[in-house]
Amino acid sequence: MKHRIHRRMLNAGLAVLASLAIAACGADDSDPLSDDSSSTSSSETIVVGSQDYYSSEIIAEIYAQALEAADYDVERELRIGQREVYVPEIEDGSIDLFPEYTGPLLQFWEPDTQARLSDDVYEALVDAAPEDLNVLEQSDATDQDSYVVTRAFAEEHDLKTLEDLADVDQQLTIGANSELEGRPNGPKGLQKAYGFEPKFTPIEDGGGPLTVKALKDGTIQMAIIYTADPSISKNDLVALEDTKGLFLASHVVPIASDKLDEDAVEIINRISEELTPEGLVELNAKSVDEQAPAADIAKAWLDEHDVS
Amino acid sequence: MTLFFDAFDWLADPAHWSGPSGIQQRIVEHLAITGAVVLIAAALALPLGIVVGHTRRGRGTVVALTSGVRAIPTLGMLTILALNLGIGLTAPVIALVVLAIPPLLAGAYAGIESVSPEAVDASRGIGMTEWELVSRVEIPLALPVIVGGLRSATLQVVATATLAAYVADAGLGRFLFSGLKQREYSEMLGGALLVAALALVLEAMLALVQRLFTTVPSQAGRP
Repeated sequence: MKHRIHRRMLNAGLAVLASLAIAACGADDSDPLSDDSSSTSSSETIVVGSQDYYSSEIIAEIYAQALEAADYDVERELRIGQREVYVPEIEDGSIDLFPEYTGPLLQFWEPDTQARLSDDVYEALVDAAPEDLNVLEQSDATDQDSYVVTRAFAEEHDLKTLEDLADVDQQLTIGANSELEGRPNGPKGLQKAYGFEPKFTPIEDGGGPLTVKALKDGTIQMAIIYTADPSISKNDLVALEDTKGLFLASHVVPIASDKLDEDAVEIINRISEELTPEGLVELNAKSVDEQAPAADIAKAWLDEHDVS
Repeated sequence: MTLFFDAFDWLADPAHWSGPSGIQQRIVEHLAITGAVVLIAAALALPLGIVVGHTRRGRGTVVALTSGVRAIPTLGMLTILALNLGIGLTAPVIALVVLAIPPLLAGAYAGIESVSPEAVDASRGIGMTEWELVSRVEIPLALPVIVGGLRSATLQVVATATLAAYVADAGLGRFLFSGLKQREYSEMLGGALLVAALALVLEAMLALVQRLFTTVPSQAGRP
């Protein structure tokens, strides 16, 4: 969490610098009468963008390569910062296709939304999206906060969802960054939504190795780790399903402009269908563990999955 | 400046003082960690320092070792220890003991070494055993310097014990971490002021102790 925030701030700063630089160049080179920022791409070219986040870049590469395989002209605008920076570009048509995440994007457009569960969030997102943007089918793949337990603990107590934890007759302890203690999805939220009250111990590494160690030692039973974090499968952890919606659902969802014709939309929807939660974790693991480039990871995935 | 006022408001709120995660409890935990660490470190470092100072042997090794240890970043060591020992107080206590040993050790051997050779020779001359020499002459004369080492170790430990909250539910560091993450800077600054106040109180107490020990031997040593 901490790293994300820092990175976000850094990225925002870099984005400001970059946009200043681009604006400066534009002032010299471009035709002053034309203010069409997407003039560089022809009307047939589909511009694919991605967040400055390795997982988002991989998904964008998959979109781009699949469209190229179907003879579309594709231009890549990958790793362009965070939502504050790129959403305006999607809205003004400079970017035609972007892998997004349902919950966070909904909150960007509708900060006070009450939707938390996956289907509600998707519906609200479709309503909230500007008219000329298409919210394509959401994938099963998620990248969101989740409570995890060790597989051994899950099997011992037969746990699938957070509701099952209410039947565990043992004091549970959550280990997480200290800010969770006071948050609505922390111990108090668990008690309100799921009817059990865990203890809390601070581990200030944002679900990193210290937290995993504490889970394996049994010093804590629950921790918060992103569902798409390779560390979950690597350490034999299980994410418990959040049936009451403590965390905002965050599924991978493509946002597309009208430049994508029916065939293109079908290809992208097929990718969303083929992309499973486990599949997304594997993609991320290749980036984290093997440091493989996004383009290679995307190519290997497309070789294994038929989306055309 | 408003941040300081906010921090004092935070400190003045009685609701923040009581309960199992209130300021009172955190101060007790913080002092307990500091006390335990300094005791353990003293039990390890003082005997070794006295032996080194008395025999004048192994001084080079000890100096090299302690100055090397001083360079270890405590948070880094804490993380590595916790990865092996798990979360809880064990890892921070060990990391802080390592932090506290160099000043204690330096105080001990420098103090013993600073005892005048005449006093040592005279003690041997009147037939004292080595043990009597150490316990009745060298240690009492070295006490001001030894307490100086204790003072500097305590100050470092009380300020760094905030790191215990990195992997355990203990100490004043809890206010720093949770304030930082939630952008509750009044809580964070309030916690930092408490640590500073605690350090000043301990420092004043130990300075007093040091002065007591300084006056006694010099008067007793007069001809």
